[in-house]
Amino acid sequence: MIPTIWSWLTNPASWSGPDGIPTRLIEHLGYTLAVVAVAAAVAIPLGVWVGHSGRARWLVSLGNALRAVPTLGLLFAATLVIGPRLGGQLAFVVPSIAVLVLLAIPPLLAGAYAGVEAVDPAARDAARGVGMSGWQRIRQVELPCAMPLLLSGLRAAVLQVVATATIAAYVGLGGLGRYLIDGLAVGDYGQTGGGALLVATVALLVDGVLAVGLRGLISPGLRLRAGRA
Amino acid sequence: MIRFDQVTKRWPDGTLAVDDVSLTAPTGQITVLVGPSGCGKTTLLRMVNRMVEPTSGDVYIDGQAVSNQSPAALRRGIGYVIQHAGLFPHRTVIDNVGTVPRLLGWDRRRIRDRSMELLERVGLGAELADRYPAQLSGGQQQRVGVARALAADPPVMLMDEPFSAVDPVVRGQLQEEFRRLQADLGTTIVFVTHDIDEAINLGHQVAVLRVGGQLAQVADPAYLLAHPVDDTVAAFLGRDRGYRALGFVASPRLPLRSEEVLLVGESVAEDASGWRLVVDEERRPLGWVEGGRVSGVVQIADLDLGGTLAPVDGSLRAALDAALSAPSGRGVIVDDEGILLGTVRAGEVLDAIAAAERPERGNA
Repeated sequence: MIPTIWSWLTNPASWSGPDGIPTRLIEHLGYTLAVVAVAAAVAIPLGVWVGHSGRARWLVSLGNALRAVPTLGLLFAATLVIGPRLGGQLAFVVPSIAVLVLLAIPPLLAGAYAGVEAVDPAARDAARGVGMSGWQRIRQVELPCAMPLLLSGLRAAVLQVVATATIAAYVGLGGLGRYLIDGLAVGDYGQTGGGALLVATVALLVDGVLAVGLRGLISPGLRLRAGRA
Repeated sequence: MIRFDQVTKRWPDGTLAVDDVSLTAPTGQITVLVGPSGCGKTTLLRMVNRMVEPTSGDVYIDGQAVSNQSPAALRRGIGYVIQHAGLFPHRTVIDNVGTVPRLLGWDRRRIRDRSMELLERVGLGAELADRYPAQLSGGQQQRVGVARALAADPPVMLMDEPFSAVDPVVRGQLQEEFRRLQADLGTTIVFVTHDIDEAINLGHQVAVLRVGGQLAQVADPAYLLAHPVDDTVAAFLGRDRGYRALGFVASPRLPLRSEEVLLVGESVAEDASGWRLVVDEERRPLGWVEGGRVSGVVQIADLDLGGTLAPVDGSLRAALDAALSAPSGRGVIVDDEGILLGTVRAGEVLDAIAAAERPERGNA
């Protein structure tokens, strides 16, 4: 098993051409970026608003309930329902993106909400008391203080999407998932195993990069507090 | 001047938090709202900057109804200090202090200068400017909270139990400094506390509220202690209010006796008996030693430190306390510099108390 994976990974043919690892990797990261961007654009403002206003908390519960939906089943259903209304490549791209967005929303929503909700009530009261408008309170106090939880929601979402974006290959799209599907179809276990290994490695690397890269967005004052608690 | 005009607050669930309160907080003075929990004191305070809207009635600041002003603009003109300070944890100390000037759109340079000036004003070193709140002690955080409230030089300040969350020693210091600061700046202050001692210590005027949000009595502290309007106010003031009221009666010229003192490092005579006061080279009292129990050179460790010191221009309470607390029964009286003037016996202080006028002013 391991030697077959190794020989697939080290075969120069695996690394070149339209099926090559670099191409598939870029596709995979492209899907991930698109999915997380769309999900964040929806879920973060919503989560912040729920946390800020204390209204519509059921949205967060609904988001968490979404986690229970089986992604693969949803993908097939979406492709069957939405697919025929769109032509060509879009018939597969849109359902895949939509399903992955649905997967990424719960952690983003929960992180943004929990982050704002957890802001010290005294600091929120003071923000009102010194004369900040609602928008100023969000921008200057709630959002910066929510960053640690909000960003860990983001990391969870990215990790999940990187790992799950493999399913796009089921409906004929690219990405690293191709190796899993194609390898299984032709009994090339080196390719399947190599693909799985690549997905896991990419997921861990991306998470590591985010862990370091996003630190700059968190005020040192908040890290101190976490360190002390 | 802040005037509460027949304000009432009924919460949506029907609870009456504030019940038809009319009250005036005079300009340049500290008005303390005090009462047990559930008496509506915080609700009343928060009506001033529209954090709470009264169900009926209105609050006027220098004749202007607050209900006619935009909440954000109104609040920027009113200092606001709360329990636990409520500092912004993601901002440095200096940025916390500069919050309101930034909202008002001052330029950076001016904000920084003003913030540094305020840090010094509240007794914090410039080296704390770039720290974060999590790196400060509770007392330091509260000082930053006061500095933040003062940043735009507001004529009016609201303080909601600002010193309740710090330990008693620090609380005493903060109260003392705050009182001096207020006298300096002449800010009009409404101050909420549940601690009657704090109310009496800080207030020029004390408003006692009772559960149900009714105003029970408004008076200056000395009058309040001497003439509580009813049983609930009397009970809230506590049992030793007669003694505490002495804190507002300045000492007349007490008959001071000179004291035979011992310099620290000197030896106690072999045959000495009775208590001797030990002082340092500048005649600042250090403590008492009892002849016969200590022999040879007097060490700091040998001293009985039980006695309190009373300033000569202090209150009768301080003088009596000095006499009662001294192991010798002789109360130590010092001048402004802390230098020994003489001692006084409890009986002599009591005579002075009997002769002193009791407070009769104030409005019931």
